[in-house]
Amino acid sequence: MAEIVVRSLSGWGRTAPSSARVLVQPTLESIQHAVRDPGSRGVIARGLGRSYGDPAQNAGGLVIDMTSYNRIHSLDADSGLAVVDAGVSLDALMRAALPFGLWVPVLPGTRQVTVGGAIAADIHGKNHHSAGSFGNHVRALDLVTADGSVTTLTPDDELFWATVGGMGLTGIIVRATIALTPVESAYFVVDTDRTANLDELMALLTDGSDDRYDYSAAWFDAISTGTTLGRAVLTRGSIARRDELPPKLRSAPLAFDAPQLLTAPNVFPNGLANRAIFSALTEAWYRKAPKRRRGEVQNLTTFYHPLDMIGEWNRAYGSRGFLQYQFVVPLGAQDSFRRIVEQVARSGHVSFLNVLKRFGAASEAPLSFPQPGWTITVDFPIRRGLAEFCDRLDEQVIDAGGRLYLAKESRTSAATLARMYPRIDEWRKVRAAADPDGIFASDLSRRLEL
Amino acid sequence: MIDAVGNPQSMLLLGGTSEIALATAERYATRRPLRVILAARPSPRLDAAAARLDRVGATVTTLPFDAADTASHAATIEKAFADGDIDITLVAFGLLGDQEKAWTDHSTAVELAQVNYVGAVSVGVLLADALQRQGHGALVALSSAAAERPRRSNFAYGASKAGLDAFYTGLTEALRASGVKVVVIRPGFVHTKMTAGMKAAPLSVTPEQVAEVIVDAVANGREQAWAPAPMRHVMSVLRHVPRSIFRRLPI
Repeated sequence: MAEIVVRSLSGWGRTAPSSARVLVQPTLESIQHAVRDPGSRGVIARGLGRSYGDPAQNAGGLVIDMTSYNRIHSLDADSGLAVVDAGVSLDALMRAALPFGLWVPVLPGTRQVTVGGAIAADIHGKNHHSAGSFGNHVRALDLVTADGSVTTLTPDDELFWATVGGMGLTGIIVRATIALTPVESAYFVVDTDRTANLDELMALLTDGSDDRYDYSAAWFDAISTGTTLGRAVLTRGSIARRDELPPKLRSAPLAFDAPQLLTAPNVFPNGLANRAIFSALTEAWYRKAPKRRRGEVQNLTTFYHPLDMIGEWNRAYGSRGFLQYQFVVPLGAQDSFRRIVEQVARSGHVSFLNVLKRFGAASEAPLSFPQPGWTITVDFPIRRGLAEFCDRLDEQVIDAGGRLYLAKESRTSAATLARMYPRIDEWRKVRAAADPDGIFASDLSRRLEL
Repeated sequence: MIDAVGNPQSMLLLGGTSEIALATAERYATRRPLRVILAARPSPRLDAAAARLDRVGATVTTLPFDAADTASHAATIEKAFADGDIDITLVAFGLLGDQEKAWTDHSTAVELAQVNYVGAVSVGVLLADALQRQGHGALVALSSAAAERPRRSNFAYGASKAGLDAFYTGLTEALRASGVKVVVIRPGFVHTKMTAGMKAAPLSVTPEQVAEVIVDAVANGREQAWAPAPMRHVMSVLRHVPRSIFRRLPI
């Protein structure tokens, strides 16, 4: 039964919590009603809360918890089309689709995100260079717009592309049609290369070999400097055909088992994420990877979602929380990119969960993050000096023609963001037409004046 | 909104000429565009305070505010929030004055208690309500190390700050679930116009140093902070010193 409760909400980084009235167990009618009468501080949808910053919270206003709005309406094995409610998680969608030989076309670093959130953040995965971002696979979506009506949008509509990557600020996504990818197995054939430094890694990613793999991303060392700056473990692979599987997996190629080994308790002190511990973890992670390995068959958890084995892992950063800094700079900006990695390594701000990837073509959504170029993601525990350090990185990202990812963003300024997204005014125009009174609002929209 | 690393977009300084408050606003204004409302009695000093923040790029407005006139507070706070959310509210007004007069002269004693304690409670209630309605924000109250244990030399001031301190410490708990953060700051001796001419106590600090403590406390979600930090340990020892010894200490 739909009801309203007051809750303190934060993002995955556990920074900047705020309090809101939360509509839980919503029905379509109660969503429409809430949008027609949102109160003075507006309304925003919230999924599984995996954005790191503040896009799914609305201080003093209304938040619609979409996680129980999660029916899978249809899965068509022939066309590959799935019609789902926005609250369906990618984990649930994947488990439902796999028996039909269908695969979720874009998976981020966790499956614990909703379809609505995946569209609103226009998420990407390790296969961005071959498959684009999530919005590229959405054939239609139903949006509850500012007047409370349900509008079905397709890629022919301007509002569709303003909604893709629009951080929920064009309306409440309630349903979507997703084009799934046919697969023969739930396994990957993976090649691993351990590189001695960043230059070696970037050479591997630009020698043309990346195009042979559907999935490609590297973990890199963000602490070492000098000749081992940015040493990395690059894992690349494609989904295995049935005949590529070892005999014992061939009988159930679409079986999928994702163990959650443990849930992190909420007892971690601040400061555990320090240089000594992260240096040791980094060294161990690098050493345990093979120097070069070809054709290993790995399951999704090993290849793609190792962190999903530990529930609530964000608690390890303590009560002060952490922020994730993800940016992309264009392919030509390799020197700037290298300089930024070097500064991260020298900054004294330590990060262990680091990802580096080469993006493919951009989406046509004005606020979509990926663009052809280099992206890295680093996690910094909140501590003194981080604010100023990230501000300095922002300037270099802008100078290199790059941008930050709104699903991760938690601390930049409105003016900086506007300089990163040259099509932001185009997006604002479409949004203003769809929501003239600005009833869709979030802490992120207030902070970044979106 | 206050972001993940503690940058606010807007501030309300109650006691808009307070040097600690202005130094805090200045620090924030150098990092991000900042809208500041200075609430204080209209005076050339208030104009100078506005000009000072204007110079560091803040967007400044002033609002007439009399800490002793509690009847006017509701309208003042409402006006302050009329132009949008306020991320950090700073309760920074206070009287010190002649501490001998403050316990021998009736009207001086009452005024000190009115401003430092009653005024602080008055705005505390109103700010708590306004911040709860917006669902976020920080309420920073300037207490004092003097609140920890009264001394012969400044007990009237210390008593008023002890009252403020207890009220805001309790407010911290009362508002815990609401998304509103309450921060109690306990500076030691601060070199300001209020203390000009007085003999500086050990561990004295400048308004800028207190501002640094405030910025740090807000960014790290601390609910109580001392300026300077070691003052906490000094006071925690002092509060257990027997009276017979305490009164002989050269502090």
